[in-house]
Amino acid sequence: MFQILNTFLIGITSGSIYALMAISMVLVWRSTRVVNFAQAGMALLSTYFGYEVVNRFDSYWLALPVAMISGAVVAAFIELVFMRVLLKHSNSGPIASIAPIIATLGLLGLIKAFIGFFWGNQDVNIESPLSTVGFSIGTQTLSLSPMKLLILIAVSMLLLVLTFVFQKTNIGLALRASAYAPEISRLAGIKVDLVRTFGWALAGAAGGAAGMLQTANGNGALSPDSLEFSLLLAFGFIAAVIGGLDSLLGAVFGALLLGLVLAFVLTYVGGSLVFITAFVLLLVVLIVRPAGLISQKAGRRA
Amino acid sequence: MSLRIENLSVHHGAIHAVNDISFTVPKGQLAALIGANGAGKTTLLRTLSGLTKSSHGTAHWNSLNLLQSKPENSVRNGVSHVSEGKSVIPELTVEENLEIGALWRRNRKEMIESKKSVIEIFPRLGERLSQRADTLSGGERQMLALSRSLMSKPELLLLDEPSLGLAPLVVEQIFQSIRELTTSMGITVLLVEQNAMGALKIADVGIVLNLGKVAVSGSASTLMADPQVRAAYLGY
Ligand SMILES: Nc1ncnc2c1ncn2[C@@H]1O[C@H](COP(=O)(O)OP(=O)(O)OP(=O)(O)O)[C@@H](O)[C@H]1O
Ligand SMILES: [Mg+2]
Repeated sequence: MFQILNTFLIGITSGSIYALMAISMVLVWRSTRVVNFAQAGMALLSTYFGYEVVNRFDSYWLALPVAMISGAVVAAFIELVFMRVLLKHSNSGPIASIAPIIATLGLLGLIKAFIGFFWGNQDVNIESPLSTVGFSIGTQTLSLSPMKLLILIAVSMLLLVLTFVFQKTNIGLALRASAYAPEISRLAGIKVDLVRTFGWALAGAAGGAAGMLQTANGNGALSPDSLEFSLLLAFGFIAAVIGGLDSLLGAVFGALLLGLVLAFVLTYVGGSLVFITAFVLLLVVLIVRPAGLISQKAGRRA
Repeated sequence: MSLRIENLSVHHGAIHAVNDISFTVPKGQLAALIGANGAGKTTLLRTLSGLTKSSHGTAHWNSLNLLQSKPENSVRNGVSHVSEGKSVIPELTVEENLEIGALWRRNRKEMIESKKSVIEIFPRLGERLSQRADTLSGGERQMLALSRSLMSKPELLLLDEPSLGLAPLVVEQIFQSIRELTTSMGITVLLVEQNAMGALKIADVGIVLNLGKVAVSGSASTLMADPQVRAAYLGY
């Protein structure tokens, strides 16, 4: 019984970090119809900025918002000077539909090389701001440490803020309108290009938060070839696809589901099956419900 | 104050969809632009709002150079285009569909006022504000598209086939509302229609397009009386 609870806690915590990554994939997909594989690199770069802050000011609390802001700036920059030009020039021809995806892969390599150049290829470390030792109940130790609790609270707050922005503000309405119908939105007077850049910036901020929290949740090590970040990208992407790639709610749901399934597989089946499970889950969803488990199209009539 | 189009040409690849068109619509008039399928009506409207690039000629609304202005900027200068098909966003609520038309003004108070005034024109939308737009009937969607456009307080309205797919009674209603916009609010309207008879009935002037060229133009009543126009476009 206690083991089930602990497995659940581990799953929910990692799932909530995947949720941030999944959300950043969805935001980019919704605003530019690009699957952004550079997101791992962008999150990594933001986390390195966070690392610099931790290093200089010894404050994780300052580093977290700095990582998010720098993530937003980097993403906005990439959308403005890189993706916008690319999408304009690759709108015809046989590779038009895959050119942007390939480009994001190239970008991923570029960002990693950039990080290696500035920070070196060895591990650097971000120490957890809070204890990673689980609370204990009697003689048992719960898989919920102050750090994990922080992650759950931080992600919940970010999700609440994001929901508020999307549902209750003008920029949120502009983001949704531009995602669903760019042409109608332009005719209504929305500066869709600007809104796209903002969508990327939000995605960058979510990625930065994911990177900082993931690093503090793991062993704190950071390197250009970080396996953790590659996994974060893979799991974030899978979660986004499970959720339908178009839905923020779906992304969160997919991420929590994925986190839980993987945690239970890890505890009760074995570590070697974790990746296989993740990809089998992806394939099953793609085959059975290609529009995602939470499909927004369901309520859509012609 | 007028919409002035001079020697305008638009190509889709090799297709010369709009071929050396010139005409003027004075401020406060309702102009019906009619013609068969593929005559170039939609292409002309899309060019005027800035969605499609022209290859030759000029087009102005007052002093605004329409061919150099992006759609989102033309709206800010009083030009609003309701595109072909029921031009609403199905995933958004009726209220949100209205609001997107006034976001650019960044003025909460004005937005609420505009909403009030379009709901006065189309009370059925007022009863359905929190419904998703895809639950509306075809006629209601067309009203919503028109209302969204009114939210931006346009001086020039470009309407592409508002009667498309609607029952005759609803068409009548929509046409009457459009006439009202011109008469009581002073909005200049360029109305593209397949329903030539219905459009000419409410219009001040008519322009008949054929294969990208202006075939005939003149006052709406003259066109309706013209035996050639009747035979070719009005079907009797
Ligand atoms: N995007 C496009 N690419 C290529 N050709 C196009 C495009 N849009 C329109 N055309 C062609 O341009 C011509 C004019 O089309 P347009 O849509 O302007 O006609 P229309 O008068 O609006 O017709 P309808 O009454 O059927 O809506 C047609 O021959 C059409 O096939
Ligand atoms: Mg047309």
